[in-house]
Amino acid sequence: MTDVMLTIDGREVQAREGSTILDACRRMSIDTPTLCQLDNLTPVNVCRVCVVELEGSRVLVPACSRKVEAGMKIATDSERVRHSRRLVLELLASSVDMSLTSPQVHGWMERYGAAPSRFGAVATVAQPPKIDNELYVRDYSRCILCYKCVEACGVDAQNTFAIAVAGRGFDAHISTEFDVQLPDSACVYCGNCIGVCPTGALMFKSEHDMRAAGTWDESRQTVTETVCPYCGVGCVLELHVQDNSIVRVSSPLDNSVTAGHLCVKGRFGFQFVQRRRT
Amino acid sequence: MDIRTTGGPATAEEMAAVDGLLGEPQPVHHHLAFGGRIARAQRHMLLPVLHAIQDRMGWVSRGALEYACRRLSIPPAEAYGVVSFYARFTLEPGAGVTVHACDDIACMLAGASVEEGARRVPCLGLCDRAPATLVERVGTTHEETPTPPREPPRPQGQLLRRVGLVDPLSIDSYRRHGGFVALHRAREIGPEAVIREVTEARLLGRGGAAFPTGRKWESVAKEPALPHYLVCNADESEPGTFKDRVLMENDPFGLVEAMAIAAFTTGCEKAFVYVRAEYPLARARIERAVAEARAQGVIDLDIEVRRGAGAYICGEETALFNSIEGRRGEPRNKPPFPVQFGLFGKPTLVNNVETLVNVLDIVNGDFANTRLFCVSGQVMSPGVYEVPMGTPLRDLIDRAGGLYPGRTLQAVLLGGAAGSFVTPAQLDVPLSFEGVRGIGATLGSGAVIVFDDTADMKQVLLRIARFFRDESCGQCVPCRVGTKRQEEILERMLHSRDARADVILLGDIAQAMRDASICGLGQTAANAIASGLAQLEVLND
Repeated sequence: MTDVMLTIDGREVQAREGSTILDACRRMSIDTPTLCQLDNLTPVNVCRVCVVELEGSRVLVPACSRKVEAGMKIATDSERVRHSRRLVLELLASSVDMSLTSPQVHGWMERYGAAPSRFGAVATVAQPPKIDNELYVRDYSRCILCYKCVEACGVDAQNTFAIAVAGRGFDAHISTEFDVQLPDSACVYCGNCIGVCPTGALMFKSEHDMRAAGTWDESRQTVTETVCPYCGVGCVLELHVQDNSIVRVSSPLDNSVTAGHLCVKGRFGFQFVQRRRT
Repeated sequence: MDIRTTGGPATAEEMAAVDGLLGEPQPVHHHLAFGGRIARAQRHMLLPVLHAIQDRMGWVSRGALEYACRRLSIPPAEAYGVVSFYARFTLEPGAGVTVHACDDIACMLAGASVEEGARRVPCLGLCDRAPATLVERVGTTHEETPTPPREPPRPQGQLLRRVGLVDPLSIDSYRRHGGFVALHRAREIGPEAVIREVTEARLLGRGGAAFPTGRKWESVAKEPALPHYLVCNADESEPGTFKDRVLMENDPFGLVEAMAIAAFTTGCEKAFVYVRAEYPLARARIERAVAEARAQGVIDLDIEVRRGAGAYICGEETALFNSIEGRRGEPRNKPPFPVQFGLFGKPTLVNNVETLVNVLDIVNGDFANTRLFCVSGQVMSPGVYEVPMGTPLRDLIDRAGGLYPGRTLQAVLLGGAAGSFVTPAQLDVPLSFEGVRGIGATLGSGAVIVFDDTADMKQVLLRIARFFRDESCGQCVPCRVGTKRQEEILERMLHSRDARADVILLGDIAQAMRDASICGLGQTAANAIASGLAQLEVLND
């Protein structure tokens, strides 16, 4: 591996050949918005919120997937970059319920001055949530179509291929075959799609029910790291606990065993812990 | 991969449609012995299989799709994503006969009305016969009948010199009209000399992007990775464009010969022609020409004709590759470019039909640098016209018989839906790449749609906005949501008294689509509308 020299926002930087512009930006502590990018998934570069201006390129380029090249001159905060980032956030927020995205996303919307309401009364993807099993809920009115769940269900983690993008254009959506309910699909309930979803479109049923009842309160939750008790792989679990009950299970993205991915047992098989004698 | 199918069995007829294409299924022990590898390697047969089902049954049922999935080892959710992407495939039972009725710009100007029960479709590429329909009859004998031409095709210029003279069904007739002379000469002088001649002729791609053809050929020829693929892009879907159809229908051996030269020159072992679904006659004639040329030993190149399935985006080269591979026609991010990483991840030469046909003249030494234009809309004789580069637009319109008596010109749309409007004052613009750039336009795919004073330009702009909203693949946010918002806001502002705020909004969306979309569709989806709003008097204030 050799290093290449490039210029980002007027500063010369060294970057590993084969790494991306986003990697270089992060090394320089340039906060770059991302929605469809995740370190444990193949970049799909579809959300376009990470675009940067590359000298000599007619269009902006996605930082998440564009590899660094020697001599590149990149601007991450030019007028064009700010405009496209603002519009991407505005277009998304005008069509999707983004209220449950991370505070970071709301911070970017503020930074770029995104005002989704300026489009007026326009079409959205609003629809009732799909509740067809006891483990997790799919609320596609929150779906920004980042492809992450499809990747996690497919070759990037689970190799189950229970869901894919169907339809096209504004009507494109995540779907099982012929939109059948999850129990009739190939889903194995590993929950890796929940683990990668950035908008709360995919959510533990426990979390969904508590939110509906108004009892979900992250400020009262603690996270306990432990090792899954089931098989011998040794997956690291993060137990999210509220009021002495496990409400959600995740795994750290940077964990060498799981890379953030679990199976149905580690993800959902925690009820035995809280079966209390009465 | 565990393929779970819960939709119930396919009918005998559905299975026959699939097996008719793939052959009888292998016994289970064969699948076990080879681990499904053979089935998975046939992934690229998904679209042909879906066509076989659609042609026979008139729709794709869940049972039929799942049977296809088992035969090809494709997860049903993924296959559903593919079948629901392409407009040609239907997921509900339909009638035995479907009328595909075009209501795109040229047909709209000709007063097209989509009858109840007919399927509204974007441009059928029959603009010279507007208003056009394609009548499809499904069953064991699948038939597609387009609106017939008004006049027989006539030869003209250089590229179209054989059109109407040569018998498109006869290789001997093609030979008598100078066929295969270029191929023989190419074999004599060798690949390097051919590339040099193509480069020196300064041929630019005729599909719309105008990339230097010689440079592309040289890059593919030099790529060390093997095999190389040749793909002829015959997915001519830009509204108002039908030149490649005229070439393929009337001079199919010309394209086959040109492809043989391209493949020989760039070291391609296998070639594909991706013909849009709306061109059944062109497809049949190319298939027949390939079979005949191979049977007679004139070419040894393996050329497979693939059929699009109703998706404008598949004219984008990387979306086209995905489509051939049996996937949703979603464009890939570039780089890597097709010359390095194209079809099946291999170095790929992709050229438009007209571009390839030009090579024959280059190799024969009689390259005239003419260009095909598709003149449609409100002119006396719509059709394909071959004129020298640099011909004034005014002369081209005159060639097409001029306007109807008593009408005056309102505008010309140059380059189709992704192009821009030209005003009567700009009519002397020379039709060359540099000439039109001077007025901020492009030649694009050679579509020239003429509007006289009776045309309702608001409706034209709305039709263009609807076209892009319909045809966006939905992959990237700027285009997926941007084309939707563009249509909504345009509709609103054309009926409002004060549109100033909406003009700004549309401009903002346009810039983001141009700058941040993955592919050319999104990058150009606002062009015609922005140019229309600037050049035409469509706003109320």
